[in-house]
Amino acid sequence: MSKIWNPEAECMSRDKMHALQSERLIKKVKEVYDNVPHYRAKMDEKGVKPEDIRSVDDLHLLPFTSKQDLRDTYPNGLFARPNKDIVEIHATSGTTGKQVVAGYTKNDLELWGEVMARVLASAGGDENSVVQSSYGYGLFTGGLGAHYGAQTLGAMAIPTSSGNTERQIRMMKDLGTTILCCTPSYAAYIGETIREMGLDINEFKLEAGVFGAEPWTVEMQHEIEKMLNIRTVDVYGLTEIIGPGVAFSCEKECGIHINEDHFIPEIIDPDTGEVLPDGTLGELVFTCITKEGMPVIRYRTRDITSLTHEPCECGRTLVRMGKIQGRSDDMLIIRGVNVFPSQVESALLDISDVAPYYMLIVDRVGTRDTLEVQVEMAPDFFSDEIKHLEKLEKEIYEKLKSALGLAVKVKLVEPKSITRSEGKAVRVIDKRKK
Amino acid sequence: MLVKQISVFVENSKGKLSRVTEILAQNGINLRALSIADTTDFGILRLIVQNPEKAYDVLKQNGVTVKTTDVIVVKINDRPAALHNVLARLSEADIAVEYMYAFVGKERDAAYVIIKSDNSEKAVKELSKGGITVVPAKDIYEM
Repeated sequence: MSKIWNPEAECMSRDKMHALQSERLIKKVKEVYDNVPHYRAKMDEKGVKPEDIRSVDDLHLLPFTSKQDLRDTYPNGLFARPNKDIVEIHATSGTTGKQVVAGYTKNDLELWGEVMARVLASAGGDENSVVQSSYGYGLFTGGLGAHYGAQTLGAMAIPTSSGNTERQIRMMKDLGTTILCCTPSYAAYIGETIREMGLDINEFKLEAGVFGAEPWTVEMQHEIEKMLNIRTVDVYGLTEIIGPGVAFSCEKECGIHINEDHFIPEIIDPDTGEVLPDGTLGELVFTCITKEGMPVIRYRTRDITSLTHEPCECGRTLVRMGKIQGRSDDMLIIRGVNVFPSQVESALLDISDVAPYYMLIVDRVGTRDTLEVQVEMAPDFFSDEIKHLEKLEKEIYEKLKSALGLAVKVKLVEPKSITRSEGKAVRVIDKRKK
Repeated sequence: MLVKQISVFVENSKGKLSRVTEILAQNGINLRALSIADTTDFGILRLIVQNPEKAYDVLKQNGVTVKTTDVIVVKINDRPAALHNVLARLSEADIAVEYMYAFVGKERDAAYVIIKSDNSEKAVKELSKGGITVVPAKDIYEM
């Protein structure tokens, strides 16, 4: 049964939410202006003073923060608290120097536990639940995010992390896991493995799944629900904001509720930066109004979606966003791993002086994401012996695997077989259903 | 003595091979022999042609990945152990065969074996010493 963890926050009237957001925003803007030189410089440049922000309606006056700002200030230039207050660090995978580091204070970890507890409660979680966190633990926010939520909830947390699927499944069965947290594609893989192991899903106590960290379709959601005989909650989040727990779906399946008492969303036109009304697709932007360690201001997520403030039948008044429609830049999320085409290019450059033409073909076989990298056979690559070409394929495979942290299929193709583009090169064909 | 073989990279999918043969046909290039080594995704088409320089040029101009490889061609009689004699000789001389294929010429009682070894010069020497006919390149092209 789906529950509401914090009715006061999640079902607050719109007026009260407006007042709460305004109060918190005013305070936070003053704080970052005083403590973060980067924000001060950007606000000064735009001619905005903290006192210009009198309510949440003035949010649009503030400058945006982009991923580039985070890179420029790497590793901790956007931290608003001194190191002595930071108790934990997380980071994005960033294998190409695109890594983003986030610092959490004690209160931030508590906040994280709170918002993730809301997510788990929506999945029916309470102190009797057994929550298995099969997201990776470590710098990645998935594992520990779900973990903190389970602890705030008072549930029993099983930190299996990802991998070693058969052992995961045995623990799931033996310890009576009721809520599974992982990426949707891993959930599907767990389902397939249960079947292959000849186990009956009805012998498990599994009731719900909290899945996220990669885009997934409603079809896939229903397929996983059927396969594992559970209901699922779509959890959304990103390291820059806090990790998982920024937003989550309820049992009404009518969008994803954003924990806007902590993270204010906006939808903007990615080209002009203009704020767009409810129901219009655009780029999702977040402002953290309670985080202490690294409260980002108007952070451009590059995720494309729309918002609605209509009340939901579940009782929550929290604003809802639609499923993510895509990214406004070229990053791919494959099996929960961030992949940039530029990473492929640099890996290929390791092998040859001239980067050959390449194309990424992303697909979904069953419920599992696949990535095929097609590489055009360049004259200096070519040998007339199969064993040399197979060695080359293997070499490319190994390079990509270590650069991306993901096993890919490498396919050598004929020159000119990859379509050339006149403008910006098309490097990716994503065949996964939108 | 060494014969220039044309090696072409071909994707293992429908229509790819005929694109290569089309280019050769349009340029009037006659084939003497061919073999294909294939894997799931791609193959290597190896050709012995009348005019390797021209074949190389026209394929390259058409954007095909092509290279020339030196191979040796031996002529053997149509009788048991003929091929074995050749391979035994190479083996004794510690020469490895990377790949080989064969074709039958216009004479009824002889076959031609194309051999790519790890040391073609040495292979020619050893085979000649053993009384095996290594066919001069000119003879193959003008066959």
